[in-house]
Amino acid sequence: MEENEKPPESGAEYVLHLYITGATPNSTRAVRNIKEICELYLKGRHELLIVDIYQQPELAQGEQLIGIPTLIKKRPGLVRRLVGDLSDRARVLTALGLPPLPPSDPDPTNG
Amino acid sequence: MGIEFLVRGALNYNEPGVLMAFEETAEELAANVTSLGFDLPALQAQKLLRVDHVHVDRSEIEETGEYDLDGLFIRLGYAIDTIGAKRVVLDTIESLFSGFPNQAILRSEIRRLFRWLKDKGVTTIITAERGEGSLTRQGLEEYVSDCVILLDNRVIDQITTRRLRIVKYRGSTHGTNEYPYLITESGISVLPVTSLKLEHAVSDRIVSTGIPALDEMFGRKGFYEGSSILLTGTAGTAKTTLAAAFAQEICRHDGRCLYFAFEESPQQLVRNMHSVSIDLWSHIEAGRLLIEASRPTLNGLERHLVTIHKLVAEFKPTAVVIDPISNLINVGNVGEVRSMLTRLIDFLKVNGITALFTSLISGSLQMDTTEEGVSSLVDTWISVRDLEGVGERNRGLSILKSRGMAHSNQVREFIITDQGIQLLDVVVGPTGIVTGASRLARQLQEQAQAVAAQQELERKDRELERRRRVLEATIANLRTEFESVEEEFRQINSQEQDRQQSTAKAKPSSASSAAGEQKPASQQPIT
Repeated sequence: MEENEKPPESGAEYVLHLYITGATPNSTRAVRNIKEICELYLKGRHELLIVDIYQQPELAQGEQLIGIPTLIKKRPGLVRRLVGDLSDRARVLTALGLPPLPPSDPDPTNG
Repeated sequence: MGIEFLVRGALNYNEPGVLMAFEETAEELAANVTSLGFDLPALQAQKLLRVDHVHVDRSEIEETGEYDLDGLFIRLGYAIDTIGAKRVVLDTIESLFSGFPNQAILRSEIRRLFRWLKDKGVTTIITAERGEGSLTRQGLEEYVSDCVILLDNRVIDQITTRRLRIVKYRGSTHGTNEYPYLITESGISVLPVTSLKLEHAVSDRIVSTGIPALDEMFGRKGFYEGSSILLTGTAGTAKTTLAAAFAQEICRHDGRCLYFAFEESPQQLVRNMHSVSIDLWSHIEAGRLLIEASRPTLNGLERHLVTIHKLVAEFKPTAVVIDPISNLINVGNVGEVRSMLTRLIDFLKVNGITALFTSLISGSLQMDTTEEGVSSLVDTWISVRDLEGVGERNRGLSILKSRGMAHSNQVREFIITDQGIQLLDVVVGPTGIVTGASRLARQLQEQAQAVAAQQELERKDRELERRRRVLEATIANLRTEFESVEEEFRQINSQEQDRQQSTAKAKPSSASSAAGEQKPASQQPIT
């Protein structure tokens, strides 16, 4: 489940970190949901990092994690934290600054 | 308090601790508790403490479905494991509720957290805000915890007192009362009654009162060591002087005395006592006497108590003088003062420290009730009062009670002289004990009587002498008289003899009688 420790300054427009705890139902659901969202809305424009904090517990403190799973949007714009399994898609999209409709052209940045 | 638990645990029991702060950052915490004497960074460096600031910001958090607080668990678990913590403090868990709107999840998660912490074998303190009508805002924590301590802060009559109450404690008995507590430079101090039962050791030794005549009034010539003495009196009855005399006496016998003056500054006290030849300064210099002077209103009662506790612990006195306790009334109400004094007396007794309190009683009050009602707590009660009469006031001293020894029942007048306090002998007049001017008058009267008696005696002596002289003169007179009579008689006798001889014999005998007559005549001028 674990990928790069810290993403290099890649050119990706969206940098998302998802923190999960092993294979709990919430976590697996969250992974599934975020992958789906990325596939639908951010194809090719994002960088997704999934971290299992069971294996890197020190990150939990560094990232101020409390609720799990948490998706942290590092870029663009303000850092946002999304707690939960990401099943409430409308809220996820709002938080990510993405328009609710899948097919239309994506909003570049929201400032 | 949570931090104190951790720090004390780390320092005294070598049990590492984790502090999870939801409200303050690690830096803020470290700075804030430095004033309590805790050095968090040093402890952190020694791996005895780990501070984890949990930042919860509603605006940054978006709930997007089901979640749990595993993040918190993992952080905590990680922190515990890295330093092998035995103690955990979660400082205001309520913050979570503000950050995460989903109450149902949070409540179940907190319950799970408690369970989990218990299974990990760590002692946990969770601080929680007090709710309306319930002990905690969420109404949850107090049920899942083993021990609940309720802290509160009340302002009564402009004096703030922090109080603490143990609401529940599974598997242990506990005091159920509210105890005031304090936050001081050296941490938090709670001062409950040190011994719930009355079973302190007692001493059979006697300490002098500092006034020999007063010692004489006690059956065992002084106070018991470790007893508590109350000295009550109206204004200006030399309570302080008596107390100072006692302090001096303690110091003179190489004891250590702690003197709390709530009315006078140390310099003033030393100067004033010097005027009655009680030398406190030399004892202060020798380190046997410590005068701690402060206004009673400076602190709350608890702080006074803590100050006393602290100084007693530092100074290790054999006697403590508090002058006067009645001033403390200004700070708290009667009940509080009483409870404070109970604890104080108890504390001092347990430590075997002789305690002397002075208390001002207002003239209107009954003699037998002190405002604080401490009289029943003390072992010895000396009352000084004004004996007013014939246009003057005099000081009288009596012992109202003295547990465990006989004592005089007399009201003794005492005066303060340049040489100190002197108890005068009791003078009983026709209308009771006489004092002051009437005592003086009576003394003068007695003196006059004595002089008169002396004079009378001398007069009688002289009279006797005169009589004796008269007698002797009379005797001499009589003797001369007798002698003349005798002479006369002898003369007659000899004449008679001459006549008889002359008649009986011839002429030559008359010539010899003339020679015999010559002799007695020559004797006369000699007698």
